[in-house]
Amino acid sequence: MSFWIYRAAASKLIASTIGAPAREIAQWASHGICRTAGLLAFQANHSSTSIFAPEGTPARSIFGLSMFVLGICAAIFLIVSGLLLFTLIRFRHRDGDSEREPAQIYGSNQVELSWTVIPVLIIVVLFLATARVIFITEQARKPAAALDVVVIGHQYWWEYRYPKLGIVTANELHVPVSDAAHPTPTYLTMSSADTDHSFWVPELAGKMDVIPNKVNTMWIDPDKPGLYLGQCAQYCGTQHAKMLIRVYADSPADFAAWVAGQQHPAIQSPGASEGMAVFQRNACVNCHTISGTAAQGTFGPDLSHLASRATIASGSVPLTQDNLHAFIDDPAHFKPGALMPAMHLSDHDLDAVTQYLMTLR
Amino acid sequence: MVTHTPVTSIANSSAAARKHGGAFDVLQEWITTVDHKKIGLMYIGYALIFLVIAGIEALLMRVQLAVPNNTFVSPQTFNRLFTMHGTTMVFFVGMPILFGFGNYLIPLMIGARDMAFPRLNAFSFWISALGGVLLYFSYFAGSGLYGAGTAPDVGWFAYAPLTARVFSPGHSTDYWTLSVLLSGIGSIGTALNIVATTLCMRCPGMKLSRMPLLVWLYFVTSCIAFIAISPLTAAQIMLLIDRYLGGHFFDTQAGGSAVLWMHFFWIFGHPEVYILVLPAFAFANEIIPVFSRKAIFGYPAMVAATIGIGFISMGVWAHHMFTVGLGPNANAFFTLATMVIAVPTGIKIFNWLATLWGGNIHFTTPMIFAIGFLFQFLIAGLTGVMLSASPFDWQLGNSYFVVAHFHYVLVGAILFMIFSAFYYWYPKMTGHMMSEKLGKWHFWLFVIGFHLTFDFMHIPGILGMPRRVYTYEADRGWAIWNMIVSSGAIFQTIATLIFVYNLVWSYFKGPEAGADPWDAWTLEWSTSSPPPSYNFAKTPTVESRRPLWDLKHPEDPDANYE
Repeated sequence: MSFWIYRAAASKLIASTIGAPAREIAQWASHGICRTAGLLAFQANHSSTSIFAPEGTPARSIFGLSMFVLGICAAIFLIVSGLLLFTLIRFRHRDGDSEREPAQIYGSNQVELSWTVIPVLIIVVLFLATARVIFITEQARKPAAALDVVVIGHQYWWEYRYPKLGIVTANELHVPVSDAAHPTPTYLTMSSADTDHSFWVPELAGKMDVIPNKVNTMWIDPDKPGLYLGQCAQYCGTQHAKMLIRVYADSPADFAAWVAGQQHPAIQSPGASEGMAVFQRNACVNCHTISGTAAQGTFGPDLSHLASRATIASGSVPLTQDNLHAFIDDPAHFKPGALMPAMHLSDHDLDAVTQYLMTLR
Repeated sequence: MVTHTPVTSIANSSAAARKHGGAFDVLQEWITTVDHKKIGLMYIGYALIFLVIAGIEALLMRVQLAVPNNTFVSPQTFNRLFTMHGTTMVFFVGMPILFGFGNYLIPLMIGARDMAFPRLNAFSFWISALGGVLLYFSYFAGSGLYGAGTAPDVGWFAYAPLTARVFSPGHSTDYWTLSVLLSGIGSIGTALNIVATTLCMRCPGMKLSRMPLLVWLYFVTSCIAFIAISPLTAAQIMLLIDRYLGGHFFDTQAGGSAVLWMHFFWIFGHPEVYILVLPAFAFANEIIPVFSRKAIFGYPAMVAATIGIGFISMGVWAHHMFTVGLGPNANAFFTLATMVIAVPTGIKIFNWLATLWGGNIHFTTPMIFAIGFLFQFLIAGLTGVMLSASPFDWQLGNSYFVVAHFHYVLVGAILFMIFSAFYYWYPKMTGHMMSEKLGKWHFWLFVIGFHLTFDFMHIPGILGMPRRVYTYEADRGWAIWNMIVSSGAIFQTIATLIFVYNLVWSYFKGPEAGADPWDAWTLEWSTSSPPPSYNFAKTPTVESRRPLWDLKHPEDPDANYE
């Protein structure tokens, strides 16, 4: 309800109050800034985490608002700093100035009034434009085709649960691409198992904090298939820096294939039975789950389909046999402060368990 | 500027008064003093020591972040560095240095003999000082019986439940809590003292409407400090109850609320920004008119804007919590409240501009720092407006853009005005001028370093780099920007060394200042430099906001226009 009021008021006010010339100026200003932003977005092509390269609805509406606010602020900066610079040059002390003091002026109510009222008007406009984006993002109607994912933040990794699909995975979130005609956004219901975290994938949406004892929601709808990067944006402890986020936006067919793969119980390949035995008789099972086996721990990431992922250590290390070997031997090698202890397995056991985990596709 | 003034008549007797006995006598004199000037100087000296320490911490962090995947310091060390840097800069540099100047200047500017409660004043200083020492003592004792010492690593706003015993064993968090608590007690004591002094100790003729703006701003700052520091103190006590008496206020594992801590902290934390920035405005209100050779433009508007900022600052805290999930209505409300604060702040900038307009602007060292402040504060204010648009903040919040924004306020505005205040009042405090030549070197090197560091720091934020990371991925395009940011730190370090050298050199070699080196207009310049312990041989009487202007221009006194 209130959303419609804000929205109507915002568009009416922006259309009528500031009028056509002001709109032109705003467009001109935001055009200039868009070009600067374009440069940053170019930078973003290899960084892929720029807030100025939106690839989904929430990020795009934030981007539009950002350009508007940035344009107004840039205009204010140019005017005020220009005036300031002019004043400093025009009224500087020169050698040979008379020693008499300049005329003393104590103030003027009219002038004070003008520089109170004009900022107030600017703020009304800024506020209405902002409120519109707040409400279209936070009160968007959830389509029936939306996918639900539960996101649980852990020190220092992400757990993703798909309750309706019966899937549990970690660190690499797969979602379907959403197209405008048939939107299939993904709704994230988030909480934390320990300290505060924040889920931030700049190209898709703004961040939302992931807080213990509090349930937050947000939604994303990537419109192009691909990998979107992000990372935890709330200091959560020693390894906050390596709590990375990878969101894979899959085409409908790819997503269906991924779901089917994840819904299978973990592969029990006969060639890796020794490694499986090592896993089962060590402390691994206290923290990790491998579906269809006795390993049902929930403190660490679910490993049922570990080998289907591209990375380990919450997105910070590519998954290769060597890296996995080194990680199991001593996680602190990659992530000092990670909560998984060094396992001190014999070389033989280490090789076997690494081989076993690499079969879990 | 010429140093002749009709009011140098009062004693140059302080030189004789400065003759001391042995080192022990000097020490005893300073430790037991209740003189507002000595306490003010101790606050300033104490803050300068911590400024250097926290500056070194910043430097170490910039070395670590200069290149991706650096291993200069460990993640644990890095997390301690940013916690100590933030806590130190806010509680043991910003607050004490500003209270130090306030302590020194307020009684002199209102023609008083001392603060209203000299003993409370000494108590407040020493309790704050103990707080800072306690914080750093954690390096030795932070782990208690668990092993070697360690500093707190919970961040300067110490979000729950990271501070719970399960996530933060040992005592490092307790040292953080107790030191902040003690600093809070000291701050409340000083705030109380400033309010009482302002209300009760003004010399004859100095109505509230004739008080120098500096005193007005300190008065409002102190009122904010009263209200804002109490919730912080309450939260620290609740945290101690959680940690030692089995309480569950913030213990989320037992049903406590992490969001409750955020509310408590930011109800303090945002007004705290104004506690720090209003004194910087206060300096600007004195320094800009003197070097423009004009009365401040719109004195009543300046007072009203300050009081307005004071009130509004109490209602904006949740703009630090736009990403916490408070819902669209709360986000819209705090967006509006935060944007509104731009109005009184804008009024201030425009009044300073109008003060410069038509003036005869002298580019002395204090003035060029004040001009740097004007430009930088304008930018800081505008990036603040961007962050107030909550959806924009959903992207920028907790990114390096925010770090750049608030350093623009804390360094670009506040620290620049503190430097300005040093160059302006140092002659009053010591009787010697600071070197203008070194001052200009200090200014230009610092400006270059500041802009290299903090202009370019906005960009990695826009490119998605969160704050408080000890290292970052090489393929994100952040490396070049971080290298530039770190290189600026070198310039700032050299500039700061020049400043410290200038402080020491000028004390021994600086030219004599005389009572009124800047040809200024407020009462502190009517007594000798440094002022005698009794401040004024005869209690002054004032008839306008600029008593020394009236004395120097008896044919055209201010009183005719106010």
